[in-house]
Amino acid sequence: MRQGAGRVARALLLVAGASFMPVLAQEAGVQEKGEWPMPAHDLASTRYSPLDEITAANAGKLKVAFTFSTGVDRGQEAAPIVVDSTMYIVSPYPNIVYALDLTREGAPVKWSFRPQPDAAAQGVACCDVVNRGAVVAGGKLFFNTLDGQTIALDVATGKQAWRTKLGDINRGETMTMAPLVVKDKVLVGNSGGEFGVRGWLTALDTATGKLVWRAYSTGPDKDVLIGPSFKPFYASDKGKDLGMTTWPPEAWKTGGGSVWGWISYDPESNLVFYGTANPGPWNAEQRPGDNKWTAGIFARDVDTGEARWFYQFSPHDLYDYDAINENVLVDLPIDGTTRKVIVRPERNGYVYVIDRASGEVLSADPFSPVNSTLGIDLETGRPRYNPDKQPRMGKVVRDICPTAPGAKDWNPSAWSPDTGLLYIPHANLCMDWESMQANYIAGTPYVGAEVRMYAGPGGHRGVLTAWDPVRRRIAWEIKEDLPVWSGTVVTRGGVVFYGTMDGWFKAVDAKDGKPLWKFKTGSGIIGQPVSYRGPDGHQYVAVLSGVGGWAGAIVAGNLDPRDGTAAKGMVNATTDLKQKTQPGGTLYVFALP
Amino acid sequence: MAACIALTLGGCEREKRDFTGPQPPGGPAPPLVGLQPGTPSPVPPDPRGARYENNAYHIGQGQNLFRWMNCNGCHANGGGDAGPALMDGEWRYGGDIDHIYASIDQGRPNGMPSFRGKIPPEQIWQLAAYVRSLSGNIRKDAVPSRSEGMSATPPLTRRESEPPKGGDPAPNQEPQR
Repeated sequence: MRQGAGRVARALLLVAGASFMPVLAQEAGVQEKGEWPMPAHDLASTRYSPLDEITAANAGKLKVAFTFSTGVDRGQEAAPIVVDSTMYIVSPYPNIVYALDLTREGAPVKWSFRPQPDAAAQGVACCDVVNRGAVVAGGKLFFNTLDGQTIALDVATGKQAWRTKLGDINRGETMTMAPLVVKDKVLVGNSGGEFGVRGWLTALDTATGKLVWRAYSTGPDKDVLIGPSFKPFYASDKGKDLGMTTWPPEAWKTGGGSVWGWISYDPESNLVFYGTANPGPWNAEQRPGDNKWTAGIFARDVDTGEARWFYQFSPHDLYDYDAINENVLVDLPIDGTTRKVIVRPERNGYVYVIDRASGEVLSADPFSPVNSTLGIDLETGRPRYNPDKQPRMGKVVRDICPTAPGAKDWNPSAWSPDTGLLYIPHANLCMDWESMQANYIAGTPYVGAEVRMYAGPGGHRGVLTAWDPVRRRIAWEIKEDLPVWSGTVVTRGGVVFYGTMDGWFKAVDAKDGKPLWKFKTGSGIIGQPVSYRGPDGHQYVAVLSGVGGWAGAIVAGNLDPRDGTAAKGMVNATTDLKQKTQPGGTLYVFALP
Repeated sequence: MAACIALTLGGCEREKRDFTGPQPPGGPAPPLVGLQPGTPSPVPPDPRGARYENNAYHIGQGQNLFRWMNCNGCHANGGGDAGPALMDGEWRYGGDIDHIYASIDQGRPNGMPSFRGKIPPEQIWQLAAYVRSLSGNIRKDAVPSRSEGMSATPPLTRRESEPPKGGDPAPNQEPQR
């Protein structure tokens, strides 16, 4: 009965057709066994589950299968990982890893691992002490700790295989991102764009943890791994040592461009794609120039780390528009031909469609209210900054949209090849901004701006937008009162799942956004939902509940709502959150009865 | 003869007794709790604190230092960010000026850096005096009437007093094994 309904729904959704098939180059188990081995599900970062037991017709019957407390009540941004009948979760600092045995009733703990990171690291974590999850590959689990270590564990025993110290908290470096494993390398990057770090992406040997290559986001070409094979599409990215010459002298050394977001991999070209975060400090008057290679996207050869192309979303970034969001690799029919592209919902409020071989921007369209820029010039690739919204020292510039955390921050969207839609969870906020002189003192914040945020046009603070990247328009959207800070997952069964900051976990129809089901969890949801097939053959949906992150800092950090500039201005937009949710840290897993 | 004197002096050093004990470097280290074994014996506050906390010059200097040393990067204008709020009555490590001095000087385990040796003690006192003013606990005629940034908080001159009452537990203890 259930399966019958699933087939009907799938037949309806398959109308959109097979031309949208994403790049899915997985170990066979991911597709066949219904596993979820990395936060993005696959190397193309689709967050698409091929399971179809749960459908739009039956999602209303979902019930809790089991729950589990992480024991840590800070922002839970991690994705649960499922491989070989075991679920793995990483808590926020102190970054405890739990392995849960899915073959036994109630999913008891198989093992846990406490990396005991340096507690002082909490003081250099800009936006709560979050962790975005682990990755399992080749019998090992890889994750990062807040104090800048990458650790590999044996998945069978939970025993440490190796640990490599990469970041230095005395220079403001932390690590919060989820690693990506490609072949025999694990790729990791640093956080700390608000502390004047120098960003990097590093490849470690999965067997030993030894450093294979490191690519900095600023500095001379040799540090950025720019060589003869670097062929950027746009003229402003061509030239020698732009990572130094597009900065005031020495400023690149504390210029940010951290790598705390998402990485995708295209096996056909052997390239990884990832974004670099904002330049530091936020006060742009202290760093005249394009500030290469911050706030852009790199394509690199995964074996050598050599850069192939770069595109800068925000040259001389004015608004903390980190460019670390997910890069969804799909093949799309554009102007009559199938193009291999990156679909990229960017912090500056535009969805970009980028040719992933050349770095050419094929289209860039706003998915949320934008007035900080007046469009993207496709000839030069550069945004047209709005002179009325240009921050100045000693002046409060009002009503800038989107805000510093962007129209969409780190929380990832999901792509359905069935509907051809990208499900983008995001915020609808605007801000007032005043730049001020920032002093660089290692290990302390390096920001130089005072901000306060508030609801954008319409008064709602969050949106789930279903975006059609071929027709370049919104297919449907759901407005939410609070910023949507969770990720999304979409299934072959035609259901999209996401969470709200007051704790609702929701299922909506992938076709039209029709609400199907919701469940109130113990705390606000800012985590990444996943869907997997359990050892019993049935489909499950899992999410961590526990408010925090930048948007939930007022609750996770017990901040004072009377100061609108608290949490870099986010508190002004979330003064009511303490009345709507409390800190938490609980895994919820759902299934059909 | 010289050897004899050296031996004698060495002998004196061996017998030397220090009745006051070593002084902690950098300033006061007041107890963090009121609970004491036996009869409670109050610890008098450091007399230096009073000289700073009701003095307009020192508070104004503290306000400048609060930005120059990037304190506002973690505590905003008192509402908090990566660091806790400083404008309420909840204090993990004590809200008296002695305690605030000690927190800035020594650092605290969950991320507060130690500024000992980075800025002189007088400036730490000035910072502590300004931090005290954020929760409205010092004379209104001594606090600055305006801030340098956008007006995002009630002015210090009109801030209600929130006496320190402890109670903001370190939010992120390791859970039980």
